[in-house]
Amino acid sequence: MAEVDEPGKPLFAGLSDVSISEDIPVEGDISVPVGSQNVDDVFSTLDEPVKDTILRDLRAVGKKFIHVMYPKQSSALLRDWDLWGPLLLCVTLALMLQGGSADSKEDGGPQFAEVFVIIWFGSVIITLNSKLLGGTISFFQSLCVLGYCILPLTVAMVVCRLVLLGFTGTISFIIRLIVVTASFSWSVFASTAFLADSQPANRKALVVYPIFLFYFVIGWMVLTFSPSQ
Amino acid sequence: MSQPDRLQVPGGLLLWMNAWFSSVFFMSMFSAELEEAAELLSADPGASTLSLASSGPAGSTRVDLEDEDDFGQESSELLGGEKQTSGFWTFEYYQSFFNVDTVQVLDRIKGSVMPLPGRNFIRHHIRNNPDLYGPFWICATLVFSVAISGNLSTFLSEQGDPRYHYRPQFHKVSIAAVVVFLYAWLVPLAMWGFLTWRQGTERQTGGYSFLETVCVYGYSLFIYIPTSVLWIIPFEWLRWLLIVVAMVISGSVLVITFWPVVCDDTKAAAFTTVAIIMLLHALLAIGCKLYFFQTAVHAVPVIPTAAPNRTTATQQDH
Repeated sequence: MAEVDEPGKPLFAGLSDVSISEDIPVEGDISVPVGSQNVDDVFSTLDEPVKDTILRDLRAVGKKFIHVMYPKQSSALLRDWDLWGPLLLCVTLALMLQGGSADSKEDGGPQFAEVFVIIWFGSVIITLNSKLLGGTISFFQSLCVLGYCILPLTVAMVVCRLVLLGFTGTISFIIRLIVVTASFSWSVFASTAFLADSQPANRKALVVYPIFLFYFVIGWMVLTFSPSQ
Repeated sequence: MSQPDRLQVPGGLLLWMNAWFSSVFFMSMFSAELEEAAELLSADPGASTLSLASSGPAGSTRVDLEDEDDFGQESSELLGGEKQTSGFWTFEYYQSFFNVDTVQVLDRIKGSVMPLPGRNFIRHHIRNNPDLYGPFWICATLVFSVAISGNLSTFLSEQGDPRYHYRPQFHKVSIAAVVVFLYAWLVPLAMWGFLTWRQGTERQTGGYSFLETVCVYGYSLFIYIPTSVLWIIPFEWLRWLLIVVAMVISGSVLVITFWPVVCDDTKAAAFTTVAIIMLLHALLAIGCKLYFFQTAVHAVPVIPTAAPNRTTATQQDH
């Protein structure tokens, strides 16, 4: 085809008198050049090393931890919810609450299963409660926020165990009381900062109170942990 | 009589005759009450006005509420009636039980703590809008407050004992949860079933729906929350005084609520019902106190079976 762009001549002017005769085979092959595979590579994570996968998830979890410790009006926790962080925190807290004064099975602290049930069942009930009262947050987003906001109490648990190693008696109790109270109020404050906006204005207190009760119970479990001697 | 009553009198008459026959059958066991049964039938058309008259000077405003009740009663028997718009498998159905604001919940709690003889809790505070928020969270709070206060009081009472090693006693939470939630749901179920049976199949005389019964029982438990916290104070006479005060307050909420419904019944049945309400309430309070707030017995020597379990206390301050 003559596609010569001569000035003054319209483009493709010579095409009007071109005809394709039957004995010219039209053949070729349609192949996608290798370069355009990049779009698929971004979403397909099957080929990456396992280390990358785990590190990416851990980094996401870590970023959310930072959001909890410095609660600003960011929507990262809500938008990219995941339940890895809550699971990690719940298992850590439940493991650290073991090894208490379990000299008789009945009088000891909460068992592993009891901590798990309280945290997960409690989160589900609080989420259902806020949804039934007319909240606009989704189920898993709320579970995610409530689980991540256990972080201050887990930190308090670590601190309490260290304090129990070092001090005894009233001083240790007072230190632990202060630490647990501070972390409990931090948890409540952080979770309401994320969750309160999605509720109708005249029912905010109805939604905040169960969250308060939830973290109060977890704080009580942390505070009353007494190691066996 | 209000307008809907007039419209329902022919159908109501048939149903009441049915109820009368069945109640005669049951009451034939109590021969002295057959005359009362006849009186009951003749008194029935005026029963609603009787309950209005007994509720005090605000009777004129109650007429409107009774009208709303009668309109709502064509719907199902289990629930308030007007809210029966979605099926029970939809989320909106359950959302209708949480249709309360903060102010309303606080108002209902105030009404349960300060019962006045003229104010029926259901008519005055719930007003055909029973909610499940109050009963559920009051029960949950009560479970934890009883368990935690019991643990604290045990700790305080045994503090001088060098053999005592603090234990969280977390299993008490499970026991408290079972007891409180069973009480808050089974007893209203039994009460509602009993009241519905006693009135036959008709609910024009102001019977309460199941949810309203659950609601009044749930809110009446609120007074036990501050009571359980105050039980930490280790004086026995104060604890018994607090039990009596709490039982009087919450029992009177229940009695004021249920009296207008049972007073149409025979005298014996009415008083028995009220007595059983108070008895169950008392059992709950006293049972909680005795189980969770056991006083330490210091005079008893160390029991040999418990000796290996006692560890040297390192957390006691001397």
